[in-house]
Amino acid sequence: MATAIEVRGLVKTYGESRAVDGISFSVEEGEVFAILGPNGAGKSTTVEILEGHRDPTDGEVSVLGIDPSRGGRSFRDRIGIVLQSAGIDRELSVREVLDFYGAAYSSRRPTDELIELVELGEKADDRVGTLSGGQQRRVDLALGLVGDPELIFLDEPTTGFDPGARRRSWDLITNLRSLGRTIVLTTHYLDEAEHLADRVAVLSEGRIVAEGSPASLRSSFGSGTTISFDLPAVDGSLSDLLDPLTGEVRGRDRRIEILTSSPTSDLAHITTWAVAHDLELGSLQVASTDLEDVYLQLVGGDT
Amino acid sequence: MTRRSTPALVLLHIRAQNRLFWRVPIGAFFTLALPVIMLVLFVALFGNEPEGSVVGTITPAQFYTPALAVFSVGSATYTNIAINLSTRREEGILRRVRGTPLPPWVYMAGAVGSAVWIGVIALVVMVGLGVIAYDVNLEVAKLPAMALTFVVGSMCFAMLGIALAGVAKSASSASALANATILPMAFISNIFINLGTNPPEWLQVLGDLLPLRHFGLAFAEAMSPFSETPAILWDRLGVLLLWTAVGALLARWRFRWDPVPGANGRTTRRGRRTTA
Ligand SMILES: Nc1ncnc2c1ncn2[C@@H]1O[C@H](COP(=O)(O)OP(=O)(O)OP(=O)(O)O)[C@@H](O)[C@H]1O
Ligand SMILES: [Mg+2]
Repeated sequence: MATAIEVRGLVKTYGESRAVDGISFSVEEGEVFAILGPNGAGKSTTVEILEGHRDPTDGEVSVLGIDPSRGGRSFRDRIGIVLQSAGIDRELSVREVLDFYGAAYSSRRPTDELIELVELGEKADDRVGTLSGGQQRRVDLALGLVGDPELIFLDEPTTGFDPGARRRSWDLITNLRSLGRTIVLTTHYLDEAEHLADRVAVLSEGRIVAEGSPASLRSSFGSGTTISFDLPAVDGSLSDLLDPLTGEVRGRDRRIEILTSSPTSDLAHITTWAVAHDLELGSLQVASTDLEDVYLQLVGGDT
Repeated sequence: MTRRSTPALVLLHIRAQNRLFWRVPIGAFFTLALPVIMLVLFVALFGNEPEGSVVGTITPAQFYTPALAVFSVGSATYTNIAINLSTRREEGILRRVRGTPLPPWVYMAGAVGSAVWIGVIALVVMVGLGVIAYDVNLEVAKLPAMALTFVVGSMCFAMLGIALAGVAKSASSASALANATILPMAFISNIFINLGTNPPEWLQVLGDLLPLRHFGLAFAEAMSPFSETPAILWDRLGVLLLWTAVGALLARWRFRWDPVPGANGRTTRRGRRTTA
């Protein structure tokens, strides 16, 4: 399959802060690629660079074989964009908005079909300003699809949807995928990424901290075990404790967490070390991790 | 369905902007109704007896009709474009437009075309009222001068409106800046007040530097009973063209499609404009 998106060493800085800090990934044609991460992780920045809305500070970006920062009309004719937040002319009706924005595309989905698709039949002739937040979000979605795009960017498409609408928009996205469209979506919701995506990249503080299919993320982390304990004050280096461990070590203040797939040997090593140093490990815990825990650990725990 | 031709897209967007204009009654009131109310009030206040002015001895209606017609064209173009574009930028609508294959200039042409069309309506209403109710002079031979002056003047103020939307960070500051520029300019440009034949020199100089006075005088000439056909004041139109160029450069330099981060994110519809 051909590559739809290729990103190498992408960096975006705002003054001193690095919103995107050197990420690389690629998306195949026909794939659903999800970018998962907490607030401020750099999801929108990344996606908007791919759309051509922002220019990268550094790195290489190719979208449909084109540099999006100089994409122009023919590039935007082939992509559909649902921004995280962008206004719609409040005084126009849903139907008018779709007609006006749709007119610029070389091929387009009929307005009635789109209205049906996002379930706004009863609201078709109402002014956008009178719609509820979730209904306006559905107009956003319809506007992203109006040009019948081959590549669709969805920045938190279901935020603000009620559970039913969320499920049905999942069906809509699955349906688009089955039509061979390539989809890049961002989300805060693990279940959404798991349900929709062929591949997930977990973004935290501008870096990709994990990437793979939902199943592989689950099997590499989800079946793992977390060992955690409070470390008493010790003299000297901790390397004889930490270096031999097979798992991934995270520390916060004095709380040490080890995410491991061989809990027995790691635990044996830890306890042996503690006994040898005549230390008691406070609040020693061993627990199996689920995907949600992994995610929260990856992104620093404060989603 | 296939893409429409570019002229069809321009027309479509002019129509869309027109719809948006008529659906916000407050904007329509300030642009169309307020100058008409002013004409009626001024004539009621000052009577309609001839008196001296920069353009000869004429009635107050003969003075105010072209002056307020020009003012309402300025309001329809400069003020409305500045406020509309900056509001739509702030709301993220311009950003959305930039993500579609619509060429940006087509969107701009829609905004300008609609504003100029509203200007035509404002002008016809004002001149029509002056001619029918107050016996203001109108000569067929001078219609080309009126039309040319309108085209040059409205394009000038439309371009300055885009420039102002580029300079202003938020919709509310665009609204404040638009009013803070056009209203004082109107006072020193023989629009609201007949400055007579001998205004203070510094006012005269300031008025001559700014575009509105030239627009007003050129239009008054085209409606004057004393002017000689074709009644086109080329030097005045030349100044307007200069200002159009200034506006175009400023717009090119400063206009952005993305919202300004941190600028005022919320503007109430009614709070958009406090005065004309
Ligand atoms: N225009 C900007 N100017 C300055 N800083 C910015 C700008 N846009 C984004 N940032 C910063 O870049 C970082 C990443 O922002 P981004 O919008 O990409 O996050 P996100 O992952 O989409 O978050 P959310 O889930 O809240 O939408 C944030 O710290 C943000 O403050
Ligand atoms: Mg975001």
